[in-house]
Amino acid sequence: MRAAVLTFPGSNCDRDLAVAFEQAGFDVTRVWHKDSSLPEGVDVVGVPGGFSFGDYLRCGAIAARAPIMSAVADHAGRGGYVLGICNGFQVLAETGLLPGALMRNANLKFVCKPVEMTVESNESAFLSGYDQGAQVVYPVAHHDGNYSADADVLDRLDGEGRVALRYVSNPNGSDRDIAGILSENRRVLGMMPHPERVVDPAHGGTDGATLFSSLLDSFAVA
Amino acid sequence: MRATVTVMLKEGVLDPQGEAVRHALGSLGFEGVGGVRQGKVIELDLADGTTEDAVKDMCEKLLANTVIESYQVELA
Repeated sequence: MRAAVLTFPGSNCDRDLAVAFEQAGFDVTRVWHKDSSLPEGVDVVGVPGGFSFGDYLRCGAIAARAPIMSAVADHAGRGGYVLGICNGFQVLAETGLLPGALMRNANLKFVCKPVEMTVESNESAFLSGYDQGAQVVYPVAHHDGNYSADADVLDRLDGEGRVALRYVSNPNGSDRDIAGILSENRRVLGMMPHPERVVDPAHGGTDGATLFSSLLDSFAVA
Repeated sequence: MRATVTVMLKEGVLDPQGEAVRHALGSLGFEGVGGVRQGKVIELDLADGTTEDAVKDMCEKLLANTVIESYQVELA
């Protein structure tokens, strides 16, 4: 099973994300933002956290228009899997692969701490290894994680079970406590918290490891 | 020629930064500031003959995130 992890200027979680994929058993290729194609046979693309292009204009806005993102959109269009974490979620929202936008945290503070979330829907390759309604703890580290969308979009996300993760105690003012959402075909997941930072006992937790192993298992079955 | 693009959060989208500025003005003793909205101004130096539609296209594709932001274009 093959994963590609993107790197933009200012990405800083790309290596951690690659390690998390590798640890789960993926064959990982690192891909530079100026590349215009993904390696042959990639199953999942990881869009990492960080501060791509210095968060200039809007978080993720410049990265969303980088050459590699056309290839990522094509990959998603073919039913490929995409995982966007933190800045990666912002990038996916900016490309339109996921609805809504990530705004400045409501209290204007950079929030950096472990947060508890509920697995609101385990019906995706990413979260199938968790029990529905399970509580998990991943760290967050962001200034712009305040998920915002109009009421129609939020109703649709809720109605279609596309809210994947919801904060137990909202750290950033997100609409409806949303921490992570799925695309319509449930193959694109964007989330502000960092599962790749909790995949080893030395990290202080291993709650994130299940996400990567679930994804691998889903490919093994398919 | 020059275009000035003003990008603002849409009406109804909470602007926490504007709200913080409003509070700060209040604590400096400025009374009667009912609301503050913060946005950005982008100035573009353009080739002569660039149309307003071309600038709007730039806004739609990059300069504004129309999910949460509105924009205004002024050509001079």
